[in-house]
Amino acid sequence: MSAKTTRTIAEINARIKNGSAVVLNASEMTKLVRSKGKAKAAREVDVVTTGTFSPMCSSGLLFNIGQEPPVIRASKISLNGVPAYAGIAAVDGYIGATETAADDPLNKVYPGQFKYGGGHVIEDLVRGKAVHLLAQSYVTDCYPRREIDKKVTLVELPYAQLLNPRNCYQNYNAAVNLTGKIIYTYMGPLKPNCRNVNYATAGELSPLFNDPFLRTIGLGTRIFLGGGIGYVLGPGTQHAAKPKRNERGLPLSPAGTLMLRGDLKKMNARFLRGVSILGYGCSLSVGVGIPIPVLDEEMAWFTGVADADIQMPVKDYGHDYPQGIARVLTHVTYQELMDGDVDILGNKVQSVPLTSRSRSLEIADELKSWITRGEFLLTEAQEPIPSE
Amino acid sequence: MTDVDKSYRKIIYLTFPQEVSGRPMVCNLTRLFDLTFNILKAQIPPRREGNMTLELSGTEENYKKGVSYLKDHGIKVASAAQRISRDEESCTHCGTCTAICPNDSLYLDRTTMRVVFDKERCAACGLCTRVCPVRAMHVEVKNGNEW
Repeated sequence: MSAKTTRTIAEINARIKNGSAVVLNASEMTKLVRSKGKAKAAREVDVVTTGTFSPMCSSGLLFNIGQEPPVIRASKISLNGVPAYAGIAAVDGYIGATETAADDPLNKVYPGQFKYGGGHVIEDLVRGKAVHLLAQSYVTDCYPRREIDKKVTLVELPYAQLLNPRNCYQNYNAAVNLTGKIIYTYMGPLKPNCRNVNYATAGELSPLFNDPFLRTIGLGTRIFLGGGIGYVLGPGTQHAAKPKRNERGLPLSPAGTLMLRGDLKKMNARFLRGVSILGYGCSLSVGVGIPIPVLDEEMAWFTGVADADIQMPVKDYGHDYPQGIARVLTHVTYQELMDGDVDILGNKVQSVPLTSRSRSLEIADELKSWITRGEFLLTEAQEPIPSE
Repeated sequence: MTDVDKSYRKIIYLTFPQEVSGRPMVCNLTRLFDLTFNILKAQIPPRREGNMTLELSGTEENYKKGVSYLKDHGIKVASAAQRISRDEESCTHCGTCTAICPNDSLYLDRTTMRVVFDKERCAACGLCTRVCPVRAMHVEVKNGNEW
């Protein structure tokens, strides 16, 4: 019997460069590990690609609008009528995905439609559309200009980096509504009396289910982000390092998150879409794909995760969630949710996804083809993300 | 007893003249012609002209009898004033719309996990146009007799 397989990221990169690396998407890896076992899968496979495409609040764009003499110290900036944060420097701004247009009626006519917000601005920029830039100043001795009011496109912005403080939630709540009337939540519309259960995440394709303790993901990990190249910067906001886990090490509640960054100018609107969530607000659907190096048998085992292994907590968004009550009604597996009807509190409940599983697979396959063609090399994480 | 095909289904737009807007015409469609109705949209103010978008199902023969009955009572019957279309480029196949579609004309193909839009089943209620996060569902309004 030969020694247990181990390989380094440098060795994997050498194989990617000479075209011999074996790359599988996460679903293909699941089948391989099930059929041949983790030892054989570890010997055969170098990299597993993951993917997810889902609304991810806590996303946004860090940008610089450039100067045109006489120069300006902008104290207010908006793009297409959506306010950006301007308190960074003279002409730097940050526009968040969930910011709504300043004149949006919000929930005054309930449920509000939230037709245009920060996420839509980002999508429009990526599509090459001109957006209306309005920058205003109170005027200083060194910055005499009072206003910039013009149309700009992405290529004209000197700097545009997608900077997402929290993406890629590792597991998430499945939402039901136990009250007697329909509610409109960030988890979508929830019919009364528990008639639908809405869920997010891409299951066995989802990045952080394939590396549940973030052994290979940290500061500097190169990833697919919005159709371009991005990097992991570290744990995202609300990152929970010590969740309760099942016997496979998978969290039983929303746990790990990532902060991500990538050059917006290289991205593709197919994987970056502004979204309007009825009655709730605006957001951005973000496509993320993370390559997981199969360093050893343990990583082969982790990347062999199947939809049936993933247990998602079901929570009541009618009463409990708004009141901050952490009650979990039950756990259901991602496989059950995929199949259509799930058993909750003795009833058959229709399951409704919010994450596009088909586009998540497309992302995993796109990343796979980049690596297979030798265009995308893996990086070593420079600082680990706490996870236990 | 022989099986009767009650699968005939149509969505119609009714205009009620002032003098009949107070009468239980829709109820009579069920009582007299064994038609199942689903009111999709209605505005029938008392003693004024009203209108209603109605989905009817039953046998084709009874559907025709029912429509004649409505016309005999002075109600104008036209095919539905709107229908729904999907922007195939825009749809991300997330699945959110399947939560509210009242008659499963939007549903997930569980093997591909893509959202199927069955236009034949669609009752043109328009709920999906508001719920779709990327606004891929659109209402097409009838222009004359053409779509």
